[in-house]
Amino acid sequence: MTDVALLVDVGLSFRDDLGIGGPARLDRKQAMAQLTMVKALNLALTEVMRENPNVMMMGQDVGIDEGVFRVTEGLLKEFGEDRVVDTPLAEAGIVGSAVGLCMKGFLPVCEMQFDGFSYQAFHQVEGHVRRLRNRTRGRFTCPMVIRMPYGGGIRAIEHHSEAPEATYAHLAGLKVVLPSGPRNARALLRAAILDPDPVVVLEPKAIYRAFREEVPDAPETMPIGKGVIARPGKDVTIITYAAMVRTVLEAAEELAEEHGVDAEVVDLLSVAPIDNDLINASVRKTGRAVVVHESYRHCGVGGEIVARIVEDSLMYLEAPIKRVTGYDTIIPFFANEQNWLPSSAKVVSAALETVRF
Amino acid sequence: MPRDTVPIPGKIEKIEILSHDGKLDTKLEPKLPDADLRKLFRYMLFTRMLDERCLHLQRQGRIGTYGPCKGQEATPLGVAYHLRKEDWFVPSYRELSGFLWRGWPVDRYMLWWGGHEIGSSIPPEVNDTPICVPIASQVQYAAGIAWGAKLRKDGTVVACFCGDGGTSEGDFHEGMNYATVFKVPLVMIVQNNQWAISVPRHKQTASQTIAQKAVAYGIDAMIVDGNDILAVLVAAKEAIDKARNGGGPTLIEAITYRLSMHTTADDPKKYRSEAEVKSWEAKDPLPRFRDYLRKKKLLDEKIEAVMEEDIRNELDTAVAKYEQYRHDPYAMFDYMYAQMTPELARQKQELKAALGGDVAPQRETARTHG
Repeated sequence: MTDVALLVDVGLSFRDDLGIGGPARLDRKQAMAQLTMVKALNLALTEVMRENPNVMMMGQDVGIDEGVFRVTEGLLKEFGEDRVVDTPLAEAGIVGSAVGLCMKGFLPVCEMQFDGFSYQAFHQVEGHVRRLRNRTRGRFTCPMVIRMPYGGGIRAIEHHSEAPEATYAHLAGLKVVLPSGPRNARALLRAAILDPDPVVVLEPKAIYRAFREEVPDAPETMPIGKGVIARPGKDVTIITYAAMVRTVLEAAEELAEEHGVDAEVVDLLSVAPIDNDLINASVRKTGRAVVVHESYRHCGVGGEIVARIVEDSLMYLEAPIKRVTGYDTIIPFFANEQNWLPSSAKVVSAALETVRF
Repeated sequence: MPRDTVPIPGKIEKIEILSHDGKLDTKLEPKLPDADLRKLFRYMLFTRMLDERCLHLQRQGRIGTYGPCKGQEATPLGVAYHLRKEDWFVPSYRELSGFLWRGWPVDRYMLWWGGHEIGSSIPPEVNDTPICVPIASQVQYAAGIAWGAKLRKDGTVVACFCGDGGTSEGDFHEGMNYATVFKVPLVMIVQNNQWAISVPRHKQTASQTIAQKAVAYGIDAMIVDGNDILAVLVAAKEAIDKARNGGGPTLIEAITYRLSMHTTADDPKKYRSEAEVKSWEAKDPLPRFRDYLRKKKLLDEKIEAVMEEDIRNELDTAVAKYEQYRHDPYAMFDYMYAQMTPELARQKQELKAALGGDVAPQRETARTHG
């Protein structure tokens, strides 16, 4: 359940004109193609909804309020209330009714207003969304998208800064993607909507408006399950995703400038499926690995990545693998959340440990 | 400014037509063709005999845990009778008579309880959903299907079932709330069989009736004697017609009783008295409908004997077909995604190696869509 006063507060403080946190805030007069992640996601939704009348956008406050982060700006006006639906305040109702809409041939995009509330739809995700294809032996499928603002770093209140990717990645039948910038956010959301299977799109809210990026005019998609090399390097591989990509890139610069260490940064973009080949190819090249994510360490995606490296590339390793993650505690209230989150300094120190081993 | 009592909008009607002691309200009696009445009886009898056969199969270890539906044959059947093929029958797991009326193959029902996913594959000619185990979770997708029907303007109706225990679930409330807010063509039938495993109806809700929950959702409800197929037929027709004509959802509380155990894994003697069970055996829907049809000269002992013999033969054939089925041990990998992921392909190979490489399975044959 959501505190209305808070949403107004968060919504307003994240308006484009106010900006937030990022160093790369650009002049609003720049070319249209320079978009924030929020605008890029909005562009993807607009494009797909124009192309396919079966695509629906549904969730709490996604209509007239245009989403608490304004991701659904302009959609109600353009597509009407049959396709852009303000639902009653019930997460399981959003996801559960979307399962039925899928059976009628619709392509619902469900917005969970915040990551922490997605757990209130969890039994529908586990019990039906991920199982429908298997359960009906292919007669019915669930090509829906469940998208939500993800992660910490925006000084939000309790339940608004969760990082549930491992929980979803653990459920076979789902795909789980995490964009790291405006351009790949637009491409991944488009790919997710067009994908014939259910995709959870975790949108790092810390970088919703942190920086702008050139986004081409023509729609793009990216293959789900493939990562990219965000920064090539030869001394150590740092594997990460979502908002931590920026933190890690910052760390890589410091490693290069101050310690002469050339780090390769792998941006996974997807944790289910996970790009096994890319991870192992990079680690075989560098012989060292650090895994960084903001979610909990215990049974986190980092453990899966480490296991894959150990299974496939053990003999290439020059040092033990390090994990830099959130701690196995409840994420602290915002006064202390920066101490919980991985920081550039924590990444630098972990990378140096592996290099100096 | 006086305190006042606020009138509660909404209407709850109670419908009983054929009582357990044979009294008939001829004014309310539905006028069905004789052939249909006889056919309905045959399906009711078929359900009872299949249910008994499944119990035997379970006792002999030929299927797994089984959840019988004895005593609850009338309600799903009376609802399914009024559905068109293109309508949606969205069951829980005690709606066997409705499955059969909709045309689900008998052996597929056995396959489900026999531990094979293929038992969930829906016959291509109907728009149904399979047995749904997580209680009341189906109410949510039923509401969504009905919402989709409204958006498509295709005139189809969704009939969804859950039990009295199901009404305690959040999913029941959320589904009903969505269905009524969006005014979708949903008929929600609660089979109030008095027991959720060992927990009696009065421990599920402080409401005097389950039907009255409809009032809070802003819709009307009906309470029917769920062991009286004539009452069910009348209530279902009204609710289905109303939904089809844009009138929105109806909640039907069907009062019935689970004459047998929850599943073969529990013993009802532990939690309910034999006197209670006996009192409900007197209200059994099957002899009640049989006596009604005998009075109408549509049945007699000779016709019934032939019918029973035919059904027994059909069941023998179905059991034989069920037991011939050989599952594909690798099919578990095939329906996870439209395109198998590299990781799953590796795991499939891993299982093949573990099973010795070549087990020559029979492909799953009931695959309905490519």
